[in-house]
Amino acid sequence: MSEHQPVEGKILTLPFMFLGVLAAIGLYFLGVRFADGLGAVANINSGYPWGIWVVYDVVVGTALACGGYALAFVIYVFNKGKYHPLIRPAILASLFGYALGGFGAFFDMGRYWQFYNIAMPSNWNFNSVMLEVGLCVITYIFVLFIEFAPAVLERMGAKNMLRWLNKVLFFFIALGVLLPTMHQSSLGSLLIIMGAKVHPLWQSLQWQPLMALLTALTMGFSIVIFEASFAAVGFNRRPETPLLARLSKAIIALISVFLLVRVLELALNGKLGFAFAGDLAGNMFLLEMALFIFPLVVMLSRGNRDNGRLLLFAAVSLLFAGALYRFNAFLIAFNPGPGYSYFPSVPEIMVTVGIVAIEIMAYLVFVKKLPVLHSAEHA
Amino acid sequence: MKRRDFLKATAGGATAALCGAGIAEARENKPPLENAIGILYDATLCVGCKACVRACKEINGLPPTLMGEDVQYDASRGVSGTTYNVIKVYKNGTSEAKDKEIDGFSFAKKSCMHCVDPACVSGCPVSALTKNPVTGIVQYNADTCIGCRNCMVGCPFSIPQYEYHDAKGQIQKCLFCNQAGVERISQGLLPGCADVCPTGATLFGTRKELLAEAKKRLAAKPGETYIYPRGRASDELHTHEKDAPAYQQHIYGEHEVGGTQVMHIAGVPLNKLGMPELPDRSYASIAEGVQHTLYKGMIAPAIALAGLAYVVKRNTSNSDQDDPDGQNSRRPGPNNDRGEP
Repeated sequence: MSEHQPVEGKILTLPFMFLGVLAAIGLYFLGVRFADGLGAVANINSGYPWGIWVVYDVVVGTALACGGYALAFVIYVFNKGKYHPLIRPAILASLFGYALGGFGAFFDMGRYWQFYNIAMPSNWNFNSVMLEVGLCVITYIFVLFIEFAPAVLERMGAKNMLRWLNKVLFFFIALGVLLPTMHQSSLGSLLIIMGAKVHPLWQSLQWQPLMALLTALTMGFSIVIFEASFAAVGFNRRPETPLLARLSKAIIALISVFLLVRVLELALNGKLGFAFAGDLAGNMFLLEMALFIFPLVVMLSRGNRDNGRLLLFAAVSLLFAGALYRFNAFLIAFNPGPGYSYFPSVPEIMVTVGIVAIEIMAYLVFVKKLPVLHSAEHA
Repeated sequence: MKRRDFLKATAGGATAALCGAGIAEARENKPPLENAIGILYDATLCVGCKACVRACKEINGLPPTLMGEDVQYDASRGVSGTTYNVIKVYKNGTSEAKDKEIDGFSFAKKSCMHCVDPACVSGCPVSALTKNPVTGIVQYNADTCIGCRNCMVGCPFSIPQYEYHDAKGQIQKCLFCNQAGVERISQGLLPGCADVCPTGATLFGTRKELLAEAKKRLAAKPGETYIYPRGRASDELHTHEKDAPAYQQHIYGEHEVGGTQVMHIAGVPLNKLGMPELPDRSYASIAEGVQHTLYKGMIAPAIALAGLAYVVKRNTSNSDQDDPDGQNSRRPGPNNDRGEP
């Protein structure tokens, strides 16, 4: 008997059908995008070439999908086997997050029918951060497929294949730790070349990769706490609070280092004044800081960590913090010069909403049909 | 050394390496090519006739701008998928004096600057944007472009234009009238804009010639007679005489983001004419420096992968033998599992 079990239950619930409607609306506008061009659906323009499809679907979306990465780091590199019950749902969520991030990048591409050019070595520009991000994300999606394959094989009862896969799985787990380290830091490095268009509060140049990586890891751990808490409530399962409480120690360390580097970079370069300028950028920075500091304060107390609800609040705050850090850097405080503005159109938002709906629907189907969640009696 | 300590040390090392990238010296700016060509735009000579805008459209086969029922070849308000070059106007107060910042006006040009160390070329993942090794022209190949628009977000001047309203759009920008099918530079001709400019406000030449010419103009005393060449900087036959204006002592593009091959001079501060204030260091040099410091030609990731594979293998193989179904083989051994409640 596997230590993971499918959650039995109906697929076509009311929330599922509601998500289906959202997905259909999103897919409709996606059809318009392919028929009439990006401009027919999205408000992106010459000054703001990257809108929410890049910044949310790819930059924030893949960071939210870092649960599998963060846990793999803890379980397999730091050898903390007790977190094992959390890994399969985390890998599954990462798989969907990344697959849809990849899909988002695809339909946002202006010349998507030539996307295979990025896989042709003769075209590669090794100076390009974007090349590293592109290749690394594509590879990682395949790695996540392989990391999740045991759940499918168990369900199929393919014991021989399972035994064979388990022999080589260590290599893919190692890749599953290395690749996100590379592309999550590179997603930050993408900001370097945008230079002065990125507000000084977010343009840390050489420090971009470290900040992006630290926030991706905090978001990864937070999403594990978030998903485990919701799975416990939604599927009426025993909460994994003691396990989650321990994860928060890793989060405390990560936020502390992040805040230290962030504030030092600003202070040493004389940019702290921008924080108190009272303008949109300054206020967004203060909000972002508050969202990072609140969970730190909550998690520093042991009593709070053992409180499932407070822990969930802290995790949600961190998810918003990491997402806002990215939104601020790439969009909200991004300034290409006078004459340009951007706010996503309704159809543009609906595409992103539809994509997220598809992601959640697929997750629900998978946990109900495949051995993903940890069996209660083993927990 | 216990394995736990080893792991801590490894993780510490990785963090230190990543932090090291923060202080590691990125590469220098790329130097200008020996025979780089360029354009010098002198706003004080520009009369705003927009002959350059029209010639650009004609030579590059770009459609006119429609204003109601009017077909206009020179009315574009900014660069776009169908406009590579525009002349704009700066106005202040009563706008009575040309080339004066206060109560004056000035013309301004917007087009690709053909950077010496371009962000668009550095950022393009598929080498669709490249710098010609002889002329330094920033060229585009639509057949490899995937439309990621990293060139657009990277360009400090927001020059590359994606055709958003075309289901099969591509990137459009000034290619110095030397793209396949046009090839004016290769044929020894002038780019369209410089060819038709009646005053030499848009002047063609090598970057070196243009830089020397610009320095000479800036050194001229306001009011003294200056002989301005037309078309080509080296052209001594086609010139006209005019009193030198009071130039701003700034050659925009001499140093900005590592220098540009299209340079601007004016009587009004250049940042008032739509040219952003930029540091001398190219952002491409910083980005590439960080990237190559971290990756060292993929050697660093390869070593990291080997190390990770070793550690993961050790941490996952403990229970293989007594697990015939293989189902528990991913589960790390209980011995290493400290602090289990």
